[in-house]
Amino acid sequence: MCECSCGGKTKTDVLIPMIGVITDIRTETPDVKTFRVVGRDGRKLFEHMPGQCAMVSVPGVGEAMFSITSSPTNTEFQEFSIKRCGTLTDYLHEMNVGEEITVRGPYGNAFPVETALKGQNLLFIAGGIGLAPLRSVINYVLDKRDNYGTIDILYGSRSKDDLVQLKEIQEVWAKTPGVNVYLTIDREQEGWDGHVGFVPSYLKELEFATDKTVLVCGPPVMIKFSLQSLIEMGFEKTQVYTTLELRMKCGVGKCGRCNIGSKYVCKDGPVFRCDEIDELPPEY
Amino acid sequence: MYRIETAGLAELFAAISETQDLFLPLRKADQTNYGLWSEGEPFDLDTLKTVKSAKDCFFPQSEVLYRCKSEDGKLSIDPQKLCDRAFVVFGMRACDVKAVEVLDNVFLSEPVDTFYAARREHGTIVSLACHEPEETCFCANFGIDAAAPGADVETWIIEDSLYWKPLTEKGEALTESLKAVLESTEKETPAEEAEKTVAEEQEAIRKIIEKLPLSHLDLSRFKPEHTMELFDSPLWEELYKPCLACGTCTFVCPTCQCYDIRDFDGGKNGVQRYRCWDSCMYSDFTMMAHGNMRTSQIQRFRQRFMHKLVYYPANYDGLYSCVGCGRCVSKCPASLNIVKVIKKLGGEV
Ligand code: SF4
Ligand code: SF4
Repeated sequence: MCECSCGGKTKTDVLIPMIGVITDIRTETPDVKTFRVVGRDGRKLFEHMPGQCAMVSVPGVGEAMFSITSSPTNTEFQEFSIKRCGTLTDYLHEMNVGEEITVRGPYGNAFPVETALKGQNLLFIAGGIGLAPLRSVINYVLDKRDNYGTIDILYGSRSKDDLVQLKEIQEVWAKTPGVNVYLTIDREQEGWDGHVGFVPSYLKELEFATDKTVLVCGPPVMIKFSLQSLIEMGFEKTQVYTTLELRMKCGVGKCGRCNIGSKYVCKDGPVFRCDEIDELPPEY
Repeated sequence: MYRIETAGLAELFAAISETQDLFLPLRKADQTNYGLWSEGEPFDLDTLKTVKSAKDCFFPQSEVLYRCKSEDGKLSIDPQKLCDRAFVVFGMRACDVKAVEVLDNVFLSEPVDTFYAARREHGTIVSLACHEPEETCFCANFGIDAAAPGADVETWIIEDSLYWKPLTEKGEALTESLKAVLESTEKETPAEEAEKTVAEEQEAIRKIIEKLPLSHLDLSRFKPEHTMELFDSPLWEELYKPCLACGTCTFVCPTCQCYDIRDFDGGKNGVQRYRCWDSCMYSDFTMMAHGNMRTSQIQRFRQRFMHKLVYYPANYDGLYSCVGCGRCVSKCPASLNIVKVIKKLGGEV
């Protein structure tokens, strides 16, 4: 039996995971925790690109796809921000630093940070846990600041307690030159003196110029209405990237679960340009 | 080409199973399905269509991927050993042979499914021509010739003789290893005479197929460029209604490849992570913790047929993911099937 999960000398399948050790757990909100994971040798499990995902599992409990929230520029570890919403995530939330899980990946495509996004002014729009995949891009872009133009980040959540990565947003992102951060929460709340209102309407109030490439992630309704706002503001669908989220089992385009039209979200996505989504049957 | 007496088949099979596993159509509980043959067991080469296809031999209904143990908080993973034993599947019909190509496209494309690849590597397929095609057969629509079923070795059973023709390197190797039996049971026949007998039989088979009721379906509308038009068709509404969501059509289908990955918790012995066939006809197929993209049966029904006739061909050069075996035609408890879909959406009725 092999400890390192490489399967000894036998060639192993992509479905066979690696063993990951949880080295840090941050409680972000009442139902979101960020898990830091490395291999048993203390090193990063694999290299990835912003937007890619990985299959995280607790044997006997379940396996599911999560987006990698840390930036590839981080050379030490991977992070996953995970919302409690089912059997596996409930279990993960009860786990402690030092415990082991399994991880396989990275899977899927990435935001085109080295091609289409290069040299562009960027507008990030995130809702709730949707910040997780965008955080990977934002930190990547900030680490390679010279390659990109202006950066605007609009992030909203149900309440101030539901804003993920608030510390990093306020202490790092907001303080980086050329970066503007706009936060909003759905309803008035004591102790909050920032903007109140839904992301799509705040987006319109902000009257952004259309010289930007937009990356939007969040709950499906938020994406839908944000896209509507963007179109009304004069943006083209070809300027907007988003991610689709579907049930997945294999992660490599074979088990059939995340198939929409001729695409497999796990392998051809999760990142799509909005005009590409229009060509798919509306099943997301 | 060899010509041997069908009475000598048991001897031939015994010779094969001396060195490798042999999968044959076996009759059990009034049903014929592929199974591991052992000497002396009766086999059934007369039944045209096994209930389940031969897909099991390469993509089993359920298989363990790895075992996982947790001891003192440390996990260990023990991957399932890949297939390393040569085997022969004898008697596969042209449709099932073609279906393997459909599965290959999925499982052998990057990243390769090594469990499947190992079975493909170690398996040799001996096909058998369909001497009496049935009314539910419509393989001809997909360019499949039941009279020349292909694979590694092609065979025909004509009267009391089996004609054996190796086609690939693997087929030649198998033939070579069986030389002694093939020669001892051989009916000395001049090569031209054997070729002629087979050619006549092929012509007879093709004549029957030409006249089968489902041999001339109009597939011309099933093209990727018609995706949205077909997807939005109001005809799905009347087509899907009787569907019971039982999943039978997907399980008997030789090209259906969707699978689930699950855990079996064996307590002290650890967890076995296994995969098993799944069905897009089931409501929980696309269920997530926070929603389901296909909440009604009409959506799931449409997905199955759109995948076979439009999405799969879009990815694989126009190759349909249906081989016309007709299993879904004869097994659906609600008399639904892909032929009805092709006819309705294809504009025939
Ligand atoms: S089409 Fe027929 S066999 Fe398939 S799920 Fe529906 S009722 Fe079952
Ligand atoms: S869809 Fe029906 S006829 Fe076509 S290959 Fe599958 S079971 Fe056979």
